[in-house]
Amino acid sequence: MNGIEGENYAVNLDPTAATLNMSGTLRLNGMDEYAPVSKLLSELLTLPGSPTLDLTKLGFLNSSGIAVLSKFVIEARTKGIENLRVVGAQSVPWQTKSLRNLQRLMPALQLDIQ
Amino acid sequence: MTCDIYGQFIDQHNGSERLILSFAPGLLPLQQRWRNNGLSADFMGDYVTAFFPRDDADPATIQRQEEIKGAVSYIANELLENAMKYHDDIPGELIKIELILTAEQIILTLTNHLSDEQAAAFVRFIRRLEQSDADTLYMEQLETNAMSGSSSGLGLLTMINDYDANLAWQFAHHKERGVDAQTQVVLAV
Repeated sequence: MNGIEGENYAVNLDPTAATLNMSGTLRLNGMDEYAPVSKLLSELLTLPGSPTLDLTKLGFLNSSGIAVLSKFVIEARTKGIENLRVVGAQSVPWQTKSLRNLQRLMPALQLDIQ
Repeated sequence: MTCDIYGQFIDQHNGSERLILSFAPGLLPLQQRWRNNGLSADFMGDYVTAFFPRDDADPATIQRQEEIKGAVSYIANELLENAMKYHDDIPGELIKIELILTAEQIILTLTNHLSDEQAAAFVRFIRRLEQSDADTLYMEQLETNAMSGSSSGLGLLTMINDYDANLAWQFAHHKERGVDAQTQVVLAV
């Protein structure tokens, strides 16, 4: 398991399940501070299987974080990955508002808001 | 002093409930201060929940309260992050965020000080917003940012597109002393 632990957040990559879990509150300052998170997201796309990004426990994400997720989806699109799955939670307001834009960037993306 | 207004800037809201937080950005380096943006934003988000009570027997009230809390917290945090990043640090010039609650609206107004150059760049972005379809501009910005490795302008675009917010600005230009910029975000409730 590769991961990053911050003051209020955790990002963990489970290579066997090809799943990246993000949890807590992510409000880092700009794309530079998000570089370690971006690195794990890119790593997810190199794993065998169906890559899954699980955001169900990510309560808050700032717009820099939204830019990071968008960049990740565009990277998946460019690589021709067709089985990317993003899992969100209906109970987390930002996810019901902003995650649909990821699917607009890559219509093949499977978006599950549970 | 000259004043420029973009959008429908609301200036009169006497007698409304309000919460004002002020910051002297020069007191702490940005890195040390950064987490306070989230703390202040979450405080504002929590604060408004008292005005949108939840009834545990009615899921719609629970969802409404969570949505309003999430929206205020997201928007206040974005406004503060932008202000801290772009503030022209002149002693005595504070960053101020004001939350006003009326029966129909939540109004968040962020005031900070900008250099003439920063203000001009901001106005160029606002004009682009006014002349474009916000949704198209948002999707374009996501693509452009991915290429350039930036997140520029995205906070304001998410407010408009994802939170149905109305934005307005007031710029007060002072001779040889930069610009007092006010960004106002209005949410219908």
